[in-house]
Amino acid sequence: MNRIDKKFQQLKERGETAFIPFITAGDPSIEITKSLILDFENRGADLIELGFPFSDPIADGPVIQSSYFRALEGGVKTDDILEMVKGIRKTSEIPIVCMISHSILYKHGCGKFLERAADAGIDGATIPDLPIEEAESIIAIANQVGFKVVCFIAPTTTDSRMKIIVEKSQGFLYYISVVGITGERNTLSDDLAVNIKKIKSRTDLPVALGFGISTPEQARVAGQIADGVIVGSAIMREIDKYAEGEGKLLVDSVGRFLGEFIESSKGRI
Amino acid sequence: MEAETKNITEQQEMQCDGTIPDKSGHFGKFGGKFIPETLMPALEQLEREYLLAKNDTKFNEELQYYLREYVGRPSPLYLAKRLTKKLNGPKIYLKREDLNHTGAHKINNTMGQVLLAMRMGKKRIIAETGAGQHGVATATAAAMFGLKCDVYMGEEDMRRQSLNLFKMKLLGTNVIPVKTGSKTLKDATNEALRDWMSSVRETHYIIGSVVGPHPYPMMVRDFQTIIGRETKEQILTLENRLPDCIIACVGGGSNAIGIFYPFIENEEVKLIGVEAGGVGYDVGQHAASLSKGERGILHGSLSYVLQDSDGQTSKVHSISAGLDYPGVGPEHSYLKDEKRAEYVSVTDDEAVEAFNLCARLEGIIPALEASHAIAYTIKFAPSLDKNKIIVVNLSGSGDKDSSEVARKMGMSL
Repeated sequence: MNRIDKKFQQLKERGETAFIPFITAGDPSIEITKSLILDFENRGADLIELGFPFSDPIADGPVIQSSYFRALEGGVKTDDILEMVKGIRKTSEIPIVCMISHSILYKHGCGKFLERAADAGIDGATIPDLPIEEAESIIAIANQVGFKVVCFIAPTTTDSRMKIIVEKSQGFLYYISVVGITGERNTLSDDLAVNIKKIKSRTDLPVALGFGISTPEQARVAGQIADGVIVGSAIMREIDKYAEGEGKLLVDSVGRFLGEFIESSKGRI
Repeated sequence: MEAETKNITEQQEMQCDGTIPDKSGHFGKFGGKFIPETLMPALEQLEREYLLAKNDTKFNEELQYYLREYVGRPSPLYLAKRLTKKLNGPKIYLKREDLNHTGAHKINNTMGQVLLAMRMGKKRIIAETGAGQHGVATATAAAMFGLKCDVYMGEEDMRRQSLNLFKMKLLGTNVIPVKTGSKTLKDATNEALRDWMSSVRETHYIIGSVVGPHPYPMMVRDFQTIIGRETKEQILTLENRLPDCIIACVGGGSNAIGIFYPFIENEEVKLIGVEAGGVGYDVGQHAASLSKGERGILHGSLSYVLQDSDGQTSKVHSISAGLDYPGVGPEHSYLKDEKRAEYVSVTDDEAVEAFNLCARLEGIIPALEASHAIAYTIKFAPSLDKNKIIVVNLSGSGDKDSSEVARKMGMSL
């Protein structure tokens, strides 16, 4: 069984919400990304969303875009990221979902990339610029290599589109909590609970909530209504704070910052 | 695995039954919609509304009215006698899109899209701009219809196109500086798309070229084909025959597709697109996506793109802000692969030389974008017989470029 399915099954049995931190691979360095993933796992993160930096992201806000920019300036390449994941797999079974632009996938060849990613130990992908209409061939390839293509549902998604997306998505569904780009916000939308309920009435797939969750309090609210909580920009901003200093300090500080989010999203505080 | 992918691609190609683009927005293997889910319903709505409008007599009459009475169409097809004589070859006609209100072809598209936005009940307009021509054309249409308008413009372009920047402000548009990436058209497009991600419910995004996700490449093409339709009618009246060759500059490619499209069916008419060769053929020195790029995805569609081996968009350069773009409209990629159109490039210096020559010989100061088309005509025309006819799309006026050219010539205005 794929690590993603297994993890959600375990969480379901325990009645627990998944906490899914997003980090950009290679910001500030690929070694630190590796340390952070292992540290996040120790602190109780359930899955990792690993961002492959891209020069022209359109779904991302300024915080994640800047982290992509720093990673690319640092010279990180797709091959380095796959090698890093291989290294993680020596000691860890935490499910890893990459967030990757279709531009990069297409360049490497979708089939070839999915095979290499699966081989390195990546369990699935979210592809923010690949709507369901264009995703069919990739999902077919993913099925063959046991890879999960996690699809997005947005507040603007129509009923007819939602029907197709819940059928095609694998592993879990990524519900975009706001109309907009990734990034921190002060409030979460009121119709979230209603929308998630609607999705859950149509599928048994877990539904994770992301985009705009920036405080432990928001993570707590999100954790009550969804099966998973994804936090990205808030973490990348924290990483940037310590980017100039020593690696160990960064990992410890960001880890502590994350701890509160984990506890809140799981309803423990 | 690769055989599997190939099969699927072949199936997709076969679905294409001759109408371009097909229902899913593919021009052969190019085009499509590679855009976040949040925007998909808006694109579906846009496509639906556009197809309704396209077949609505009232919409078309309204658009024709504004193009005639406000934009000043039809634009003349002018025989450039002294340029023809100088090159000692075929007759050279200039399609004078520079004489449109706001000085370029861009307004053909913005008038259409603003009317469409109002049909859809959207109260706010956003746009990206490189040279500022599309920004001014959008700001103009928005001002005329009383819509709120925000235009994204790269800081580098704001510097080299300060006149257009000022015009947009005069027209009541809020110009938002883009400080990310290369600070040019590509980055302005990213920012406009991001804005649209958050504002899609009440905002219409007017893309300025035949790029972006479906239906933009089709819709912008349709609004720009007025250039080609007029040209066909005018040349038949003037010469009683079609031209042998049509030459237009290609950045995103809207003026080129606009003049090419009605002639695609006339296979005897050679179609030549001229890209920005910049200062050389190394990465970062040019913006010739069709001549030097590879298939890739940028800003929502599959087309020829300048990118590195890891799929990251390459840096590009052109003296012309309107051509300084690492991608190109998917229909041009299709026409290239189908060998229906040919794509070449000229350098910054050749474009500046053509800019000067056109001014002195014809009393017309062309935009640096259009100067690329003229520059290639200067190289190409002498190889043709005198009884041949070339039409060059003079897509815009060079007023906006005067200070940049002066700077390059070592003068300051």
